[in-house]
Amino acid sequence: MTEYKDFLAQQVMLGKMNRREFMGRAAAFGITLAAAGTMFDTAAKAQEPKRGGHLKLGLEGASATDSRDPAKNLSQFMFVTSRTWGDMIVETDPLTGKAVPALAESWEPSADAATWTFTIRKGVKFHDGKELTVDDIVKTLERHTDEKAESGALGVMKSIKEIKADGDKLVLVLSEGNADLPLLLTDYHLVVQPNGGLDNPDAMIGTGPYKVTSFEPGVRATFERNQDDWRTDRGFVDSVELIAMNDATARIAALSSGQVHFINRVDPKTVDLLKRAPTVEILNTSGRGHYVFIMHCNTAPFDNNDLRLALKYAMDRETMVQKILGGYGKVGNDFPINGTYALFPEGIEQRAYDPDKAAFHYKKSGHSGSVLLRTSDVAFPGAVDAAVLYQESAKKAGIEIEVKREPGDGYWSNVWNVQPFSTSYWGGRPTQDQMYSTAYTSKADWNDTRFLREDFDKLILAARAELDEAKRKDMYRTAAMMVRDEGGLILPMFNDFVNASTKQIKGYVHDIGNDMSNGYVATRVWLDA
Amino acid sequence: MAGGSTQGPELTLPATAGENPQSSGVAGSNTTVTGSAGSQGTLSPWARFTKSSPLVALILQRFALSVALLFAVSLLIFGGVEALPGDFATTYLGQSATPQAVANIRKDLGLDQPAATRYFQWLGGALQGDFGTSWASKNSVSEQIGKRLGNSLFLAFFAAIISIPLAVGLGMLAVHFRDRLPDRLINVVSLAAISLPEFFIGYLLIMFFAVQTGIATFPATVYDTMTIGERLSAIALPTATLVLVVLAHMMRMTRAAILNVMSSAYVETAELKGLSGLRIIAKHAAPNAIAPVVNVIALNLAYLVVGVVVVEVVFVYPGMGQYMVDAVTVRDMPVVQACGLIFAALYIFLNMMADIIAIIANPRLRHPR
Repeated sequence: MTEYKDFLAQQVMLGKMNRREFMGRAAAFGITLAAAGTMFDTAAKAQEPKRGGHLKLGLEGASATDSRDPAKNLSQFMFVTSRTWGDMIVETDPLTGKAVPALAESWEPSADAATWTFTIRKGVKFHDGKELTVDDIVKTLERHTDEKAESGALGVMKSIKEIKADGDKLVLVLSEGNADLPLLLTDYHLVVQPNGGLDNPDAMIGTGPYKVTSFEPGVRATFERNQDDWRTDRGFVDSVELIAMNDATARIAALSSGQVHFINRVDPKTVDLLKRAPTVEILNTSGRGHYVFIMHCNTAPFDNNDLRLALKYAMDRETMVQKILGGYGKVGNDFPINGTYALFPEGIEQRAYDPDKAAFHYKKSGHSGSVLLRTSDVAFPGAVDAAVLYQESAKKAGIEIEVKREPGDGYWSNVWNVQPFSTSYWGGRPTQDQMYSTAYTSKADWNDTRFLREDFDKLILAARAELDEAKRKDMYRTAAMMVRDEGGLILPMFNDFVNASTKQIKGYVHDIGNDMSNGYVATRVWLDA
Repeated sequence: MAGGSTQGPELTLPATAGENPQSSGVAGSNTTVTGSAGSQGTLSPWARFTKSSPLVALILQRFALSVALLFAVSLLIFGGVEALPGDFATTYLGQSATPQAVANIRKDLGLDQPAATRYFQWLGGALQGDFGTSWASKNSVSEQIGKRLGNSLFLAFFAAIISIPLAVGLGMLAVHFRDRLPDRLINVVSLAAISLPEFFIGYLLIMFFAVQTGIATFPATVYDTMTIGERLSAIALPTATLVLVVLAHMMRMTRAAILNVMSSAYVETAELKGLSGLRIIAKHAAPNAIAPVVNVIALNLAYLVVGVVVVEVVFVYPGMGQYMVDAVTVRDMPVVQACGLIFAALYIFLNMMADIIAIIANPRLRHPR
């Protein structure tokens, strides 16, 4: 009852439900009209942002080795830091994941989706008072294209052949058509800096809602509100403080004692304990990140599709989600895309745990003896437990899996993408195209399942340049089916992003783009005293 | 150990030898060297110097040995870091390492050069106090370490000035009330404290003083713009944890060492003279128990600076330990090596000081047979 009330109130606060809809639902639930009216008003009032206050966030993932240069930002801590002081050329809509204007007001593709023209916003000022020009954006993109900058966005920039300014417009020419180009520009490394950051990439000067006042890598970052911000719908608090807290217990202690307003990475194992604290709110958002078991399609014994299918049917996805994610996640269907992506191929049958089918395919594969699975807890939280769970469910199908625990140190260089069967983790990508072309096309840098299929490559390439959405959706459906039924990927679960805050925090946006409201948490929330 | 041949029965403390084999071993070997040189009769200038001012000679020798040891350690650190699986380029880029990016980084950092060249370059820089730049953040390592080491020493200093007098005082009290209630109480409490892992003590303190009562500051993050008052309040909980962790060790050592001396003949004489118990302990027994106690204190002091990673993580304190762990994770070699060398130097220095104090406190160590 109260939970449902809270849910309704939350929907109103998020602006997902209007008064009429709310009254209807509340009445259906047996709440009197007058009471429902008051409830709506309270909830709606809570939706109005309040300004002022000092916001403190305790974040995991900071390191003394963090770089100030957004091109080299890798950690969760730096992700939020750069989103707080900087702006992108394009942003994504938190609910639909579609591209929305940021520093570019609008854009226009050519018919083949290979040339894109962006109109750049006027009257935007950098923190040092300099006005934003098209030139700054051109230089920014050029810097990230240069290999010397060691930019994390280098892979994204590869397909851009030419970057130029046309008057006050930005023109990008691609080597082949890409209907998703605006989404590629939302990569969090591509923060627009004065003169592209060529003079001083570490200056932390941008156009964002907050100016950096101090930064100590691995310790803390502080910000004050940018009075000249070009937007009014963000930057509600006066000052922000990000504190590095790599210990999960320290984060929980800091939150429950009210020393910070928000923490990230709440362990699914402790989330129920944390929930008991009356002042705490759990914020879980469906994400695109997924935990995977990967087989090399070109290495024996995994070069046999029947064995791969047997191993797929031997996976008990529901139990995985319950036991490893504590219920904070969704089951996967052996292709790396879920409903948070635009053009998600609906209606593909959910693969379920089926020992009989697994046994059937296993027998058909002709394989005998055990299958060696390498894992480590760095692959994803709980990976070793997951491997053992998998071993148990496979045993019922008559498949013997030998679990080998590898040292976490060096796992990414010695095991992942090297050994034929291992556990791993994938963060989401802004588009289906990017997800597939990062890990599933033949020439992908990280084709960790060794999925080498010419027809698949061609399909992805064709879908990339296709501007007709219906046709494109169909193509992605075919692609998904190929990976699901013939690929080397076992994808038991998509993990939710589990964060927590005190009840003082209002306006948290559950952004499907990425963790911590897609990194914008500090700029989107406000404090309710 | 050396104790058997050079020291009187009242100073034969098996516990000491067990606590600090390294430093007593070093002191012992020194003693033998000087002894043999003296007995040969052919007096070199050094031997004459040894004869005329044995204390200074011993200290100088001890110092030279420390420097040699530090060099050996530098070689070990470099070798150990080289032997770590995975290199910076792949680890730093993590799951997103493309062969191209890896090659770029390795070339930029000179990782393609032979290890020997890199070792001497590094050592040359380190001798001048220049530890190079961090590979990951491109910041000056010396500058970063300056800040972090300052934080670590700040914390260690307060933990030390609380725990050392407390430990020595409690040790003396325990001896005074030997086998009576206060002694037992001190023993039980200190044993309990030493049996709990430090992170657990830390969590308990956080739970009581930060979460439930809210009287203490948490997290213990310190930064440049803090006033000294704020800093002190921030480090209250980690300091308390450290005090609890190191107290028992030092206290029990003090107790054992003094008890040992208490059974000797001259203490009996003092008792027969009718001196008060505490006076005997403080004036007659304690000075002779200095050597072993100082050794344990030195070890604990070193621990307070270099061994408190867990406490730093739990309390979110930006000290050296956390800095080194971060660096190891991404194979940021300049930082790892610099931290390793500084830690080693601290250990060696503190042990050396303990030995020197022991030599000064016990004149017999200066004149070996």
